[in-house]
Amino acid sequence: MEIQEKNISRDNFEQCIKCTICTVYCPVLAARPEYPGPKQAGPDGERYRLKDPEFYDAALKYCLNCKRCEVACPSNVKIGDIIQRARLKYDKKPVKLRDRMLAETDFVGSLATTVAPVTNFFLGLPVTKKVLNATIGVDEHRQFPKYAGCKFESWFKREAAPAQSQYSKKVAYFHGCYVNYNNPKLGRDFVKIMNALGYGVQLLEKEKCCGVAKIANKLIDRAKHDAKINLASIRAAVEQGMPLLGTSSTCMFTMRDEYPHLLDLDNADVRDSMLLATAFIARLVENGKAKLVFRSDYHKRITYHTPCHMQKLGWAIYSLNLLRSIPGIEMVPIESACCGIAGTYGFKKENYTTSQAIGKELFDSILAANVDLVATDCETCKWQIEMSTGVPVENPISIIADALDVEATIKANRK
Amino acid sequence: MNERKSPKSYDVIIIGAGATGAGTARDCAMRGLSTLLVERLDFTAGATGRNHGLLHSGARYAVTDQESATECIKENMILRRVARHCVEETGGLFVTLPEDDLAYQKLFIEQCQKAGIDAKAIDPKEALRLEPAVNKDIIGAVTVPDGAVDPFRLTVANVVDARRHGADVLTYHEVVRLVMDGPRVVGVEVRDAKTGEKTVIESKLVINAAGIWGHGVAAKAGITINMFPAKGALLIFGHRVNNVVINRCRKPADADILVPGDTISLIGTTSSRVPYDSVDNMEVTQDEVDILLSEGCKIAPSLAYTRILRAYAGVRPLIASDNDPSGRSISRGIVCLDHAQRDGVEGFITISGGKLMTYRLMAQWATDMACRKLGVVAKCETADKPLPGSEPEQGDKVRSTKAHIIELSTEQRASLGRHGTMADEISFDDNTADDALVCECEQVSVGEIKYAIEKLHANNLVNVRRRTRMGMGTCQGGICSCRTSAILAKKLGDKAALADLKSFVNERWKGMRPVAWGQTLVEANFMAWIYEGVCGLDKNEQK
Repeated sequence: MEIQEKNISRDNFEQCIKCTICTVYCPVLAARPEYPGPKQAGPDGERYRLKDPEFYDAALKYCLNCKRCEVACPSNVKIGDIIQRARLKYDKKPVKLRDRMLAETDFVGSLATTVAPVTNFFLGLPVTKKVLNATIGVDEHRQFPKYAGCKFESWFKREAAPAQSQYSKKVAYFHGCYVNYNNPKLGRDFVKIMNALGYGVQLLEKEKCCGVAKIANKLIDRAKHDAKINLASIRAAVEQGMPLLGTSSTCMFTMRDEYPHLLDLDNADVRDSMLLATAFIARLVENGKAKLVFRSDYHKRITYHTPCHMQKLGWAIYSLNLLRSIPGIEMVPIESACCGIAGTYGFKKENYTTSQAIGKELFDSILAANVDLVATDCETCKWQIEMSTGVPVENPISIIADALDVEATIKANRK
Repeated sequence: MNERKSPKSYDVIIIGAGATGAGTARDCAMRGLSTLLVERLDFTAGATGRNHGLLHSGARYAVTDQESATECIKENMILRRVARHCVEETGGLFVTLPEDDLAYQKLFIEQCQKAGIDAKAIDPKEALRLEPAVNKDIIGAVTVPDGAVDPFRLTVANVVDARRHGADVLTYHEVVRLVMDGPRVVGVEVRDAKTGEKTVIESKLVINAAGIWGHGVAAKAGITINMFPAKGALLIFGHRVNNVVINRCRKPADADILVPGDTISLIGTTSSRVPYDSVDNMEVTQDEVDILLSEGCKIAPSLAYTRILRAYAGVRPLIASDNDPSGRSISRGIVCLDHAQRDGVEGFITISGGKLMTYRLMAQWATDMACRKLGVVAKCETADKPLPGSEPEQGDKVRSTKAHIIELSTEQRASLGRHGTMADEISFDDNTADDALVCECEQVSVGEIKYAIEKLHANNLVNVRRRTRMGMGTCQGGICSCRTSAILAKKLGDKAALADLKSFVNERWKGMRPVAWGQTLVEANFMAWIYEGVCGLDKNEQK
């Protein structure tokens, strides 16, 4: 009997009992029949790949890495991780130039922002889109996110940093590429809220892209290089007693879960200190440690879209609760569904149709909800929804900042 | 009751469609004899389908039985050539654990070389590099040309080729009587398991290739052959733990061979004497599971935390020559008996002893004897002519035409591996119903199931499993048996298909029961929930 108690499998993929629930929740499968689906691409395929790497199925590239399969799995199999690890290990095709360009958000972003008006002008031209479509395979239907003229980091150092020393409580902020190059306003909104709550904001000593796009495009060495720099800076911040907050669900998800699972980097010492800003604030409010006071003249009818990685993190409830606490907001609930963009995935010409087919269910329900605004914690979901429905999308932090009565909030939190 | 008589008579009737019987049918047919192969159940239903699937190099027998070792290495090299699609050239290791005597290694290598087996001592560190699953504490390692062989594919390929050479094949026909004309066997009476109908079929010669059941067949002619039923139990692990065969370098004992077979790994075996009347229903005991695991973990420690899919046991068809209680010191040499000489019964040959590895040689001996008795002069070609599925690549339609258009899916690669060049006959059209997967664990498509039913004598779920691996994977048929049953129902009718489904699920459960803990137990419960809860299989039976 003793040997039986010992003889329990430690191999995660062997925990799969083939119940096939993951397959039902996979957003790709319905839109792309040649994709084997999470169960087959994951635990089933793994047995074959262990037999012979020749059994690697190239169709695994269609996986969005949305992790909806992992959320659905009753046996706690890391299906998405198994698929991504298989891609990294067995797909030996060289990385395309286009994929490199899409993945190097940091490098491309810093080039683009220096000449932002020019970049935005050219990226907006139909002819540029046609050329990109024909030459490197970036789909011509895509709207590129606009680049900002001034990086968030530059603004912060110039305008906000000096004032932060007056706060005794401090948080570290991971702004991510999107805030830095495309939407510095979101970063400014975050600083505004934290300051109003009596928290000073600090940037990391050194911040690199979280690496989600590099991982998705198999640039694993580059991703690892950046991740190590990020982890070292995060450790330094956590050691000073600061939590690390972010405003992008995907960045936070990547640093918490993909670093250990796909990049083999141990982050156990700092993982619990990495939080999405809404989760941090909502917990403060729940525990009576902070109070948000909102303007009485703010009125919006909104809905919240749960990004896939937010679903995996289990944090959508925090963003929802904060939004619901705004008196002027009328919240319309919709079913959780994938928007189909999956970061750089939807920008690729070969994936455009799939991407839009996956998102259709969501687009339809957003249009039917007849709202002023969609709230979501992920920037690529934002681009996809805005492009596909025409409805404006904002991060919950920006919505809170817009609705916030700053003076009253400062007062309420001073006691 | 009037006796039904088959209008057709044969030169030779072979009883038993294990590897030996199928091989003998092929050899006889190739030499121009009109041939019938009869089997009471299905191909590979006996010991052929219940062993390690080890392509022995012969090294295991080198110290104790030079004759077997020499036969093994010769057949090993032949099978690599003629049965390419049934063989995986994994290589093998004989490792010495700290508790084993390293001195044995020297004797072992000497005896291997004497038998013509290429055995070389290597640095234990090199062995770990070749096969990381090996216990890192080993103090010695020897490489040998072991491999893996799929006994199901091997047997079916022999049947297919026998048929191509004009042989007839009857499965689910049990020989109930040997038809005698005085002291001469002149045919067999068979009973159709489906209809219960009995038929007499005449032949000049009957070859008894019924393995352990040969004892009973011979008794029908009043002949006594003392068979020694030695049970061997094995465990199947959920995935490939090792990619090289690992043996323990010591005198053959329990649980000292770990073989990678298709998608899984197998540890075995035990050896215990069992009464002859129990050979139709082997169950694996708790003690056997414990021995297999505790000894197996010594050669590959990761077995201790790998999911076990099932346990099963086979019966070695050895011919008793002494009273050795373990059954291991008995020669596994081939026994080919001309009963005219031995017992004064003409027209009757028994081929037995031997092992899966030497099935072809056994077939050759039996066919040589048959030709001699029938006065036919024909050369044996089975060592040179490849089996169907193992022909040279040019006939390989799927690989040559599809491979450069699209990339092959895991499923297509898997069926190519299973059927070799015969996979050409499977419908592979993308986006058609035939391309849909039935068995997801083992990647078996609707097309492959249909192929097995139409071309490979698959009449029920167990048959389909043996031809395709359907139901052999992680879920043990939980997801795929009802799907396959739906395809079979078109041939069997709903009622028979339902009864077949129930018996198949119970057969899967039988193998899971001795190892039902951890996820295997969860799987079994899930299966019960599907078939009893959702499908109401029990309810259907009660009506």
